[in-house]
Amino acid sequence: MAKKITVHDPRGYPPKVVGKRLANRLQSLDGKVIYLVDCLFDNADVFIEQLRLWFAEHLPTVITRVIKPRESWVDDPDMRETIAREGNGAIIGVGL
Amino acid sequence: MPTVPVSTHVFARLAKATALAAGMPTLRNAFVPQPVVGRSPGELRAYIEGMDPVAKRPFMQVVLDGLTRPLDDEDLKGATFERSTPRLLPPDTEENLQRLFIENRWTDFLPIVLPTEERVEQMLRGTSQPRDRIIGRMRPTAFREAWEFDVEKVAVNAVMAGARPEYLPVILAMAASGITARSSSTTSFATISVVNGPIRNEIGMNSGIGALGPYNHANATIGRAYGLLSQNVQGGSVPGETYMGSLGNNWAYTACFAEAEERSPWAPFHVDEGFKPTDSTVTVFFGGWYTHSGFGPRATWKEKFIRMLTATDHYSPPLIVMDPLVARAFHEMGFTKRSLIEWCAENAKLTAREYWDDQWVTTLIRPHAVAGVEPYASRLRAAPDELISIFTPDDIRIVVTGGETQGAFKMISGRYLGRGPGTDNKSKPTVLIDEWR
Repeated sequence: MAKKITVHDPRGYPPKVVGKRLANRLQSLDGKVIYLVDCLFDNADVFIEQLRLWFAEHLPTVITRVIKPRESWVDDPDMRETIAREGNGAIIGVGL
Repeated sequence: MPTVPVSTHVFARLAKATALAAGMPTLRNAFVPQPVVGRSPGELRAYIEGMDPVAKRPFMQVVLDGLTRPLDDEDLKGATFERSTPRLLPPDTEENLQRLFIENRWTDFLPIVLPTEERVEQMLRGTSQPRDRIIGRMRPTAFREAWEFDVEKVAVNAVMAGARPEYLPVILAMAASGITARSSSTTSFATISVVNGPIRNEIGMNSGIGALGPYNHANATIGRAYGLLSQNVQGGSVPGETYMGSLGNNWAYTACFAEAEERSPWAPFHVDEGFKPTDSTVTVFFGGWYTHSGFGPRATWKEKFIRMLTATDHYSPPLIVMDPLVARAFHEMGFTKRSLIEWCAENAKLTAREYWDDQWVTTLIRPHAVAGVEPYASRLRAAPDELISIFTPDDIRIVVTGGETQGAFKMISGRYLGRGPGTDNKSKPTVLIDEWR
């Protein structure tokens, strides 16, 4: 029978995952302000503009506003504050 | 605030894993096909009016549902949980443990040395640092969760890579850089590490013939240890989950060499960066995306340099690695290292049209240009056919190494400072090894 040996686990220490409940959903989008967040990936602006046009054509009662963070892949508290203060929902795209 | 993130479908597994780690396993994602880059407005409109390739439902139905479908119990509770990794694995046979390490993707798929308690103890004799000293945190990209690690975890991975105890201070310093050698960027970045100072010779590193190749135990295993520890202490480098590099990168197997300080006509790299000649340092360059090679300098070296510099993917500036023969020839022509770098920055020019027609320049640099940050703002103001400088002197670094069998040099994608994906460290990629002895 082959000898058994003990070895170390090579992985680091993961952080605790703290659950966050999702925000309440909207009963209807009529008259609501939906921010379309251009996350600044290449061509995301073109995608977001097409999304804006889709809402204008298919759901004209939804008020869409396009917004961009200050820079790519960096949290922009000012942008988030604007969305939270003036918006009812957000769609972020397109990228990771 | 009800929110729906939109990603391309190849990121579906990663999006799910990221949402879980953020405590929101029921996050309502929507997906469009890959790619978005390069697609016309009409093609992107077709994505919007088409199917979500992950949900297999109309994309806009998924989006609207995500904003309006009432929450259920699962949505409301979120997910809080502790995770842990054991210090030791359950005893098993060597054969079974080797299989376990491969199945768990804890290796680079080359043979590893199993990190037994005895071997890890031996490795830890290479440093005076306590085994439980927390070195820092590491993650595959800036938006992922960061995992913590200590001296012992680095020693474990150093054993796996086949390193010797005397190399451990170098490996600990690399780990302390805060830069992962296993970035999950789609651009398949790797790291290239350069060792300076007395420790190069103390541990027998190669800065001669074949310095960048598999011809030295220290060079090979230190670079490999950095890769293994990166993937393991950060919680993985698994394709589709924690690794998204489309092509992958052969620099990622191992890329570590020493500078040939004694045969360079110029000051050592670490002295340029403010360290003393007697300091031992390791510098982590983040890149490896491209590698151009050439000979010289010959009569037309300027044209050749300009061709090579402008052929780089310019969001990732070059680390120029020169054989001492090349460095001494430039020195005899009257160049200092700094004046040669300045010449490169001055003469590497593209039209503004070409400069901005790059997905990472657009993604990473354009927002700063729009915000008025120089020199990017001037580049954005340039007319499309105007020639603009694509690098500043601070972007470019030169390191001297090699065996003088040929006047060879390489320009390797290797960002030293500044903006870019895949690392939290934007400011101090040269680490003092002596603190980790």
